Parts: sequence; C-alpha cells; structure tokens
Amino acid sequence: MLTQIAYALPFLAQGFALTLWVSLLVVVFSLIAGVIMGVGLVYGPVPLQWAVRIFSDTIRGIPILVLIFFVYYGLPAVGLHLPSFWAAVLALTLFKTAQVVEYLRGAVGSIPKGQSEAAKAIGLTFRQRLAYVIFPQAFRRFLPPWINGVTDAVKGSALVSLLGITDLMQAINQVIGRTYEAMPLYILGALIYFAVNYALSLASRRLERRFSFIRD
Amino acid sequence: MSTGSNDTPALLDIRDVSKAFGTVQVLRSVSLRVAKGEVVTVIGPSGSGKTTLLRCVNFLESYDSGSIRIDGKEVGFRETGTRQRRSERDLAAMRAETGMVFQSFNLFPHLTAAGNIMLGLTKVRGKSSAEARTIAEHWLGRVGLAHKANSLPAELSGGQQQRVGIARAVAMGPKILLLDEITSALDPELVGEVLEVVRSLAEDGMTMVMVTHEMAFARDASSRIVFMADGGVSAAGPPGEILAADTDNERLRTFLARFRASHF
Repeated sequence: MLTQIAYALPFLAQGFALTLWVSLLVVVFSLIAGVIMGVGLVYGPVPLQWAVRIFSDTIRGIPILVLIFFVYYGLPAVGLHLPSFWAAVLALTLFKTAQVVEYLRGAVGSIPKGQSEAAKAIGLTFRQRLAYVIFPQAFRRFLPPWINGVTDAVKGSALVSLLGITDLMQAINQVIGRTYEAMPLYILGALIYFAVNYALSLASRRLERRFSFIRD
Repeated sequence: MSTGSNDTPALLDIRDVSKAFGTVQVLRSVSLRVAKGEVVTVIGPSGSGKTTLLRCVNFLESYDSGSIRIDGKEVGFRETGTRQRRSERDLAAMRAETGMVFQSFNLFPHLTAAGNIMLGLTKVRGKSSAEARTIAEHWLGRVGLAHKANSLPAELSGGQQQRVGIARAVAMGPKILLLDEITSALDPELVGEVLEVVRSLAEDGMTMVMVTHEMAFARDASSRIVFMADGGVSAAGPPGEILAADTDNERLRTFLARFRASHF
C-alpha cells in the first residue's frame, strides 16, 4: 500500500495544488463580490436590494452541480465560451457569493441601530461608519459561518473534476484508473481534504477567540 | 410684525417643521429658536414628538416640511429650495457640528473609552492620533474618568458609559449638544453623576437642547423649558413659569400633575 501511495503522490500533489488554487480564487472572488452585494442588500436603494435578494435566493436554490454544468454547457448557447477551469471557478464563485451575501447580512444586521446613529452623530460618512464602526463589530459574527463556507468551497471544488479538470479528486481517479486500487487512494484523498479543512477550523476557532472581546 | 427676539440670530432655528410616520403626524409645524449659550429642555408625554424633534436637528430623521438651521445653515437639505437631500459628505460635515448623546449610550463596544472619543477626532477632524489622545484624555478628565481611558465600554458602569458618551460628543467641539433622555436607562443612583457633567457643561456656556424626564434638573439647569404635546409646542417659557402648578395650560397641568403623582 505504501508503494502505491508513493507512486501516486506526485500526481496527487499537482491535483492538490489545483484544488487549492481553485478554492483560493473562489474564496477571494466570492468574498469581494459577496461583501459588496451584501452591503447593497442591507443599505442599498430598494431596487438594488431586490436585485441582490433575487440573485441570492435563485443561486442558493440551485444545486451546485447544476450550476457548474449550466455555466460550462449552458452559457455557450448565449455566446459565452469559458474554458473549463474558469467555468468551474465562475460557477463556484456565484454559489459562494450568494452565501457570503447572507453571512454579511446576518452579521451586519446583528449590530444595533444605535451604533450607526452614534457614528453618524460624530460626523462619519457612510464608508467610515462601515470601516470603523460596523465591520469591526460584525466581523466576529461573520467569521464562523464564513470559515465554514471556506471549508465547503474546498470540498465543493472536487466537483470541478466533472469538467475534466485535474484537481485532487480527478488526480485520484486517474491514479486509480492505472492501478485499479481504489480504497487506499480514496482514503488518502479523504485525509488530504480533511487535513486542509481541519486546519481551517482550528484557525477559525483561534480567530474567534481573538475577537471575543466584544461582549453582546 | 417681527418681534425683537426674532431678529437676534438664533444658533438653532427650527421653523414650522412637520413630520409624519405613515399616517401618524409626529411633528406639527414645530418652531423653536435657541440662542447661543442657552439650555433648552423639552418635556412632554411619551409620543409627543420630543425625541423625533431632537433627531431631526442632526438629521438622524428627515422631516417633511419646514426648515432647521444651525448658524444659518440648513441642516439636511440643500439651500436650493428644492428640498433636495444633502450629499452624504455634506450631511456628515453638518452632523459633526452637532453633538448627540443617546439614551442607550451607544458607545462603540470594540473601542476603549479614549478610542470612542478619538474616532471622530481622527477621522472627521483630521487630528493625529497623538493630538486626539490628548483631547480625549482632557475630556475624560472633565467627566471624571481619566483613569478609565483604556477601559472597554463593557467594563464601565452605565453612568460611566454615559459620561464617556458625553465626552465623545463634546470633544468634537460641536456648536450645539443634543441630549436625548440621557439618564432614562440609568439606575437611579447613577443619574446624579451624569447630570453633574451636564450642569458643568451648561456653566461653561455650551448650547444644549435636552429631552428629559428629570424635572428637578430641568428646573435648575435650563434657561427655558418647552412643553410638547401631540407633536406641537404647547407651552414654552422660563422654568418657573412652565413648571408652576397653577398654569392655565390644561395639558401641561395634567402632565405635571401626573408626573408629580408618579414621582411622589
């Protein structure tokens, strides 16, 4: 079994790197898009609130696999041909963005209205109120579900193998295709995914403790 | 037919301000002029519009008609006469000229007492953090909390939090200070320490408009008392006149009688 693993590792390493790369892109893009749209949902004019609400509810109501196929196989019909890698990143990002919107809404919504008013009263502009008063307080509530979402993104990225992208999952399948030894490879793959996500949850717990000075 | 008092420039000039929340008319053509250095107390039954009026002065609430001017400048709307809301930047700049202290303190829980005061000084007034720190410490000293500069709000008593709230407002050097029932959320034994701070600010000549249920304090500290009922100014005058038990204003008499009954 050790020899099989030793044989597989170089292949898996490349797949693993791609898994991390996809996850990182998805997490960063969805964080940026989700926070901007979330702010629009909470503070924006009504039409914008509606637009974000519809986007979020629609996306969250679609299975992620359907979303991936839709972007890769469906969008070419309207003239948008994306390489499989970017189609996968776009689909996963849309999915994550909708979740980040909800995390942000929940976190910002939990801050009492008096905080905004006090910040207005000393003359802070909208951006300053967000940056110095609202976000620092909302951060602690945003963090736990968001880190959870990051681990979901790492796990969910395994679906990109269905577009033929050689991520960790696809690399495992390819090695199995050559060795016909499924079990050791799947166990190894599970361990790698687990290690990444467990590290993330540990980091999350540490961060939460660091920001727990804000009492409710 | 302008009277003499209408010609003296008022620091705060509220004219015919009306406002409705849906179908409820909360302010009915309210006018109120406050001169520099005056301490005006607004009293009245709950739902009479006193807090709403105060919140209109720094445009935390908008109003439907009328005008509110501070030092001659319209607060929330552009001077074009079209009732176009000021830009976010302009509004922020206008609000920096008024200080507000809230019933529920509303200190920023993630910042220390000094940090609460420094935020506006650094971000709005553009002071360096060293300058802001000096100013914050000065005002914390004024409210008797020099030793609590590095405490978080959660580590302070209600009375201490509210004194930081006052320091945060006055440190910005506002032209006028708005106090919205600032002792209502406090345990009775903590009310005195907060009112003492307000009294000392009044002695320094700070212009203030306060909404309060502390009648004894209103009587001692105000230059004028305004009694509001049903969204309008029902009576206004010096404390002795307004708080007299034998006023001919029926509503005011009822309000005072009820008030006295509930406070022995």
